[in-house]
Amino acid sequence: MTHISVTVDGTAYEDEVEPRLLLVHYLRDRLGLTGTPVGCDTSSCGACTVELDGTSVKSCNVLAVQADGGAVTTVQGLARDGAWTPLQRAFHERHALQCGYCTPGMLMAARDLLRENPRPDAAEVRRALEGNLCRCTGYQNIVAAVLDAAEAERAAGAPAAAPAREVPA
Amino acid sequence: MTGQTVAGAGQTAAGAGRTAAGEVGRARLRKEDARLLTGQTNWTDNIAVTGLLHLAFLRSPMAHARITRVDVSAALERPGVVAAFTGRDLADGLGSLPCAWPVTEDMVLPAHPPLALEEVRHAGDPVAVVVARDRYAAADALEAVEVDYEPLPPVLDLEEALAEDAPLVHSDKGTNRAYDWPLRAGEDFAAVRERADVVLSRRYRQQRLIPNAMEPRAVVVTPLAATGEYTVYSATQIPHILRIMLSVVTGVPEHKLRVVAPDVGGGFGSKLQVYGEEAVALAVARRLGRPVKWTESRSEGYLATHHGRGMIQDVEIAATREGRLLGLRVRLLADMGAYLMLVTPGIPILGAFMYPAIYKMDSYAFDCTGVFTTRTPTDAYRGAGRPEATYAIERIMDELAAATGLDPVEVRRRNWIRHEEFPYTSIAGLTYDSGDYEAATAKALALFGYDGLRAEQRERRERGDTVRLGIGVSTYTEMCGLAPSRVLRDLRYSAGGWEAASIRVLPTGKVEVVTGTSPHGQGHVTCWSQIAADVLGVPFEDVEVVHGDTLVAPQGMDTYGSRSLVVGGSAVHRAAEKVVARARRVAAHLLEASEDDLEFSGGVFAVKGSPEARRTIQEVAFATFTSHDVPEGMEPTLNAGHVLDPENFSYPHGTHLCAVEVDTETGRTRIRSYVCVDDVGRVINPMIVEGQVHGGLAQGIAQALYEEAVYDTEGNLLSGTMADYLVPSAADLPEFVTARTETPAPSNPLGAKGVGEAGTIASTPAVVNAVVDALRPLGVHDVPMPCTPERVWEAVRAARETRTDGEEAPA
Repeated sequence: MTHISVTVDGTAYEDEVEPRLLLVHYLRDRLGLTGTPVGCDTSSCGACTVELDGTSVKSCNVLAVQADGGAVTTVQGLARDGAWTPLQRAFHERHALQCGYCTPGMLMAARDLLRENPRPDAAEVRRALEGNLCRCTGYQNIVAAVLDAAEAERAAGAPAAAPAREVPA
Repeated sequence: MTGQTVAGAGQTAAGAGRTAAGEVGRARLRKEDARLLTGQTNWTDNIAVTGLLHLAFLRSPMAHARITRVDVSAALERPGVVAAFTGRDLADGLGSLPCAWPVTEDMVLPAHPPLALEEVRHAGDPVAVVVARDRYAAADALEAVEVDYEPLPPVLDLEEALAEDAPLVHSDKGTNRAYDWPLRAGEDFAAVRERADVVLSRRYRQQRLIPNAMEPRAVVVTPLAATGEYTVYSATQIPHILRIMLSVVTGVPEHKLRVVAPDVGGGFGSKLQVYGEEAVALAVARRLGRPVKWTESRSEGYLATHHGRGMIQDVEIAATREGRLLGLRVRLLADMGAYLMLVTPGIPILGAFMYPAIYKMDSYAFDCTGVFTTRTPTDAYRGAGRPEATYAIERIMDELAAATGLDPVEVRRRNWIRHEEFPYTSIAGLTYDSGDYEAATAKALALFGYDGLRAEQRERRERGDTVRLGIGVSTYTEMCGLAPSRVLRDLRYSAGGWEAASIRVLPTGKVEVVTGTSPHGQGHVTCWSQIAADVLGVPFEDVEVVHGDTLVAPQGMDTYGSRSLVVGGSAVHRAAEKVVARARRVAAHLLEASEDDLEFSGGVFAVKGSPEARRTIQEVAFATFTSHDVPEGMEPTLNAGHVLDPENFSYPHGTHLCAVEVDTETGRTRIRSYVCVDDVGRVINPMIVEGQVHGGLAQGIAQALYEEAVYDTEGNLLSGTMADYLVPSAADLPEFVTARTETPAPSNPLGAKGVGEAGTIASTPAVVNAVVDALRPLGVHDVPMPCTPERVWEAVRAARETRTDGEEAPA
């Protein structure tokens, strides 16, 4: 067992974990944060994408011990005081989700894209989301939602995603 | 935290007492989204119960083998392991998995034990189950289960499987032939063949597909030992059917079983099933008296969740030199896989009715043979039989166009049913109730810019461009709204096709709609709210929809085959009308008027001629609740239910057009544009309809270009992970241009036709027709699916090598 300290969606946790425990299982089974689902076992589908220290990672491809000392943001940490992020709003308005299973991962991957590139075109959005599979929407509405969110953020004069929270020293 | 703060397309502010009108047809933003966008979901794998144990299944590494020994004793020694069982251990009280569709009287129906007993019959067939305190311990302990296998020959080729001396998948049955199912209609095919100018024969292959719902399958069973009751949570499309079938398989009385389908992350047919893991989970929970959970890994799902398609189609058409169809002959070999699952044998039979499509002809002959192989069982996958049929007829219509020198659109125009001919009884015996193929096609051609693209195609051919432009058309219809119960009787399906709805009007005037359909992404909560709000005249926001739990929605036939809106939504409509009828009686009493003198509009009953004499439906609901003053003898409730058995199928139709650029040097295909015009009858929510079309297109295009379950010669699944099986990503798919025509279905009160499968059905042939159209001048007349760069390049190479006059080159 290994001791880890990790901040998830703003809450600090201290835990003993097996070194082989995947981050996604740590979030789901240990912390009960089931908003992040598992879609595959080959890090192909992206459903379990979260942010670790400000960068999107597939949490089935990261060990919990690798998050030691880090800050994780999941889909459950996006909305603040009842207000959705522009991405969440755009996904809703554009019907960019059907069954919704891929949605947490899509939102987290799209945040990463907009942080890197606040003015993507449709082709850039498609390329950026290549690692996130959806079986319901045909992607068209997802792409439209990400473009809308980028525009909304620009109009608001803020970056599309809040800058990553400070990493605890 | 909700989406209510969001101003959406067509959305208006909610307000107490506001009455609704015209909800149907509005692009209402989904009520479902708020939970899904914030991670507050209730997927089966999220369910945590105190004392929960985890199951892991040991699966056969071989396609076919005799089991000579299974020993779980070493697994029991592993840390965290609570129990382990073989098939024999659980055989008492765990029967064969069901097949509900014996398509012929003499169909061969092999036993299908949830855990294998004597033999394993496909890679992934489960042989033992381990029960442990967490998922890691359960997975670890699988390594300690010892199994001795005596290899048996795999059965992989559909034609070889039918040979006299073929090894048998089920040796006790003496044959790999599950059934033969014929259909004959009109003139004898041989006779029309005689008088035809053009006779074309083609063989098409429907590769096996893996449905890939994003949520893997999962099941949780919680027992209540004192009363023998069980709650089964399952990622299923069919909680009601599952409840009946689990009762039959395990012997747990049906009234002691509650099945819940919580949030379900997609299905596409793959969760229209009664799976062995569900039955084993129930049996283990019963044996141990403890709650258990099983969640499949994706790789495990590829072996154990049913596959789709898997057919060889030999198609022959006879036609005049003017391109008029005289007759169609189809011989089908359908890969059942190792076992007949819930509706496995019926899938190709659904297709049997769809090969004649939208065309008139004098003769139709169809024969299907179901074949057992040592591969994962097949069953429903988006469209289920209808995409396969549409593919074959739409591919060979292009061949007819080429043979007669006609444009592919023109050859369809010469054969299709004209709009003034509806209702039209097809040669296969279906009565198409409404449609307008001319209008949909004209709209699609205009949006696509057909003539301009044809001109560009000619120009590029003439200048010898190595990147060829190809144009593909597909005009389709499908049968939805499964199904009139008497038709299902005639098809030997073991259940009806009705759907149930009930409406509870609460004392405050809020409304609960209980539906027997069980959604997994289709937006039923939103659409059913729109339907109920319109009929009852209450605000959209005042309606809640309850589904997917046999305790609270006890009656239903669930969701598949684009039936939910057509049958289930219509049942909601009828139930709401009954509520209004009850309310009218109370309102008349309160207003001291006759019922006939009341007008009902926008949720208000008013006496004709005295508009001040009025009661809102909410006031009537409260008055009924208090029951202080209701009509003599009337039960004090406005609640009502309706079970609707559809009078006919519904028949969506449309025209899809695809332009591709095919690089003849690399074989790469790029979709340049895709246009579709679908007629799905009256639309309840255009935003949701469009989303369903997009998703369907993605899956149909994926069959054309990307996806295939590939086996090696020993029967191992080579495309066994998501890294090996190409589910297309955003980067692989184009933007779609979608549009609609709208001819209401006359056979249901909504006029709806169904939309879930349309995109998948029509797109596969549109894309492959485009690829072949690009290469036809090189002598190519077919590219097998999926049209990967390698296959395209090989088709070009083969055509060049054997090129004579460019007419018939081997595929």
